[in-house]
Amino acid sequence: MKKIYSIPLIRGIVWQVVGLLVGIGIVVGIRAAMGLQATGPFLVTEHAWVFGGFLGTLTFLVGHGVMGDWFKWWRGEITSDHHEDKPGWEKYFGPSLDHKVIGIQYTVTALIVMIVGGTFALIFRTELAFEGMQFLKPAQYNTLMSMHGIVMIVVILLGIGGMMNYLVPLLVGAHDMAFPRLNSFAFWIVVPAAVWLLSSMALGGIETGWTGYPPLSANMNLVGQQTFFLAVFIVGWSSVLGGLNLIATVVRMRAKGMTAFRMPIFVWASIATSLIALTATQLIGLSFQMVMFQRLFGMGFFDPVKGGNPVLFQHLFWFYSHPAVYVFILPGLGIVSELLPVFARKPLFGYKWIAMSSLGIALVGFLVWAHHMFTSGMNEYLRVPFMYSTLLVAVPTGVKFFSWTATIWKGKIDTPVPTPMLFTVGAVFVFLLGGLTGPPNATVSTDLHLHDTYWIVGHFHDTMFGGFMFPFFAALYYWFPKATGRRMNETLGKIHFWLMTPSFFVMTLGMMYIGLNGMRRRIADYDPAMGFQPTHFVLTIAGFLIALSVLVFFINLITSLRNGEVAKGNVWNSRSPEWQVESPMPAHNYEHPFEVVGEPYDYGLAGSKYVEFAKHK
Amino acid sequence: MIHIVVVGILVIVFAVLTYVGVNSVDLMPVQASAQAVPIDWMWNWQVIAISFLFALIMVPIFYSMIVFRRKKGDTSDAEHIEGNTPLEIAWTVVPLIIVVAFAYMGAYSLGESRRITDTNAMVVKVKAQQFSWTYEYPQGFASSELHLPVWKQVILKMEAVDVIHSFWVPEFRVKQDVVPGRVTEYRITPMLEGAYKVRCAELCGSNHAFMEGPVIVSSQADYDTWVAEQIEIASAATPEGRGRKLVTENGCLGCHSITPQPGPSAPSWFGLFGSQVTLADGSTVTADEAFITESILDPAVKEVEGYSPTVMKPFTFTTEELADIIAYIKSLK
Repeated sequence: MKKIYSIPLIRGIVWQVVGLLVGIGIVVGIRAAMGLQATGPFLVTEHAWVFGGFLGTLTFLVGHGVMGDWFKWWRGEITSDHHEDKPGWEKYFGPSLDHKVIGIQYTVTALIVMIVGGTFALIFRTELAFEGMQFLKPAQYNTLMSMHGIVMIVVILLGIGGMMNYLVPLLVGAHDMAFPRLNSFAFWIVVPAAVWLLSSMALGGIETGWTGYPPLSANMNLVGQQTFFLAVFIVGWSSVLGGLNLIATVVRMRAKGMTAFRMPIFVWASIATSLIALTATQLIGLSFQMVMFQRLFGMGFFDPVKGGNPVLFQHLFWFYSHPAVYVFILPGLGIVSELLPVFARKPLFGYKWIAMSSLGIALVGFLVWAHHMFTSGMNEYLRVPFMYSTLLVAVPTGVKFFSWTATIWKGKIDTPVPTPMLFTVGAVFVFLLGGLTGPPNATVSTDLHLHDTYWIVGHFHDTMFGGFMFPFFAALYYWFPKATGRRMNETLGKIHFWLMTPSFFVMTLGMMYIGLNGMRRRIADYDPAMGFQPTHFVLTIAGFLIALSVLVFFINLITSLRNGEVAKGNVWNSRSPEWQVESPMPAHNYEHPFEVVGEPYDYGLAGSKYVEFAKHK
Repeated sequence: MIHIVVVGILVIVFAVLTYVGVNSVDLMPVQASAQAVPIDWMWNWQVIAISFLFALIMVPIFYSMIVFRRKKGDTSDAEHIEGNTPLEIAWTVVPLIIVVAFAYMGAYSLGESRRITDTNAMVVKVKAQQFSWTYEYPQGFASSELHLPVWKQVILKMEAVDVIHSFWVPEFRVKQDVVPGRVTEYRITPMLEGAYKVRCAELCGSNHAFMEGPVIVSSQADYDTWVAEQIEIASAATPEGRGRKLVTENGCLGCHSITPQPGPSAPSWFGLFGSQVTLADGSTVTADEAFITESILDPAVKEVEGYSPTVMKPFTFTTEELADIIAYIKSLK
């Protein structure tokens, strides 16, 4: 018992529960003393749940120990700069300061939460396979659909957190991130948030979709709505702090000779992503906090009866949540740009253009938010300018596609194509479909028809899979040997790819097809007269095939950890610095610091080198 | 060079095949409004652009992966091509021009779909609430069905009672949110007679999926007949008549059916009065005046089996109004 309690994760969760109960007790006590109602439909009132949730988050962090060094500094104690992790699995459950451990913590958490989010999708997908309500009530459907959305967004944030944390210090030659304790904090704060997010299902659920538009989200008499807001608010902290840390790392800790245009391209993508995460995340936190306060204290921000404005919420919300989709996809596109040259054995075509296109997308991304609101009733004269700015995103995105095509052109790609490359090409293919189905939504006139239909659902699943899922899998197959010293099984990898990709195309194209014909998004059931049932049935089958392919991936991942082919060297024959040393990476990264002496992607240029390691320490 | 020519030809062939293939499927519902015409025109141009760009990227990638794949025994790297500045400038500037052109076309088609062809268009007031649509006609009656004469421009002035809803008739193409605290406008010119449905397109609560209502586009003569009928119903002096008017105005019929077939979200009223209603806890209750009154004023007290009581919000009526409504429900058998 004592041994289990000594695991920081377990200790943190125990403290979280205690914090929650204490918080609830305080509010119930105060309300009772003031003669206010203290009980509610979910045992106690929302105020108690929210305060308890907030306090529980703090006690999790204290109990877990991720803030231990800060407390020591506060008391005037001196700690060592870097803690050594004990060998073994225990370090993954504690406040390790090693960016590689944190990267793996992020990645594994992302994979676990992905199972949860995927399961939600399978449940409501099964419900939709037939007309009429089968086994879910509409409210349950709404909750599962909303949870699928927000849980998958958390998965993506965790996934890019994993990739950026693991890779960026290795790629720039740093021994760790700039602020290791902040890095650990930014990861561990997600854990209590994930607990609140999932607990909202037990507290009445959320029926508003992940967008949580008021007045619906303000009127719904469900505590789940509040724990959902609280969870997103807390996850936002992780994004902001992670972005800050990454920018500081890249700005301050690059290896000698690594000028801006000699950085690996993934670092550029990470910078673009982090700039958005650092500066825009506050807006979703703010908008959700305002609804929380509207519910808790009767403030009238979005309540027209009190002079508030429901459309204002949408502006605040989308000011983050549109740039956020670029947070989701830019790292993935960076992975694509990073892997294509390795497998094509050619330089990355137009490196500077690709690097700048990431920044271009990030910056233009701040000017397009109202394209989610063409039908919202906002001032009509705003629609056309936002259409122009949104369509402008097509230009830097097009630069990426053309440059990738030119990189692949005349590239000598192995046959059979290695699994990471399969997923990279798959990403290009899927993201192309997602990208090309975007402009009709950006164009006001066609969006009047397409907005809030299943077409949109198909479109953004293409962008999210092309921009995150496929590159994420590519990165896992590609860097798995770096992290573990073993390779993942190629045959299982190919089964995963060939099962997932066609099913995915069937699913999203089917979604778009019925969407155009009048299938709305976020509906628990559809009008039998519209004849969508056969398509929905096919979509459900496709959904289960995707789940099956992911199962194959997990089997591969787990078996390869123990029994994978040993791979300590430069398995992909890459020029990148992390592959020039033995796998798995030692705790403090490079034993000898390296100096950048050439271009990162000069494949095919005889005698060229990207990095040179110092002879002596 | 020969490769470039082959790829160029393949791109065009593939683009044409994609366009033809996509168009062979019925992608859009019928065009039932004049506004659908410019929107579908824009859509067609977008399908052309999508088909071409899809081919432009995919064909060279697959061509290269097949033709230039690594030959057996070759261990050398590929050709060292770092980039090509004129090409990069070209594929930045040309898309920029295309994007501006498409944005212009988008604005143009939006303008066409907003064109005012009748400055004295009829105004119908629309009330959206969880989970029904109610229409107030200028002739002085309310209806839960939207009837429109063909080829006449109308303006819907829409208000939401509770949360945001969105007015969308797929066959009309145009969609407009209905927001509490403001009036949004929807200008439409139906051009094809038929029975359609308005489908709420903004998640508005548990039964959002079922927030649909009939939209009937008919000839002027049929429309006039319907209007005359509605005026007659609205002026009825009997309790049933007043009850019918009340339930229509309050949007009850958006969920409650008056035929033996119940809707998906609420019990039917047909033959309801005096029948035995099974509650969620398994007990039964007789649908008498007391039960119906309670179910209107506080629907959450008795949960009817198969339906969620929190879906319906409590309504307020005077005693006389309640008597009229019950009289109307009594008449449904």
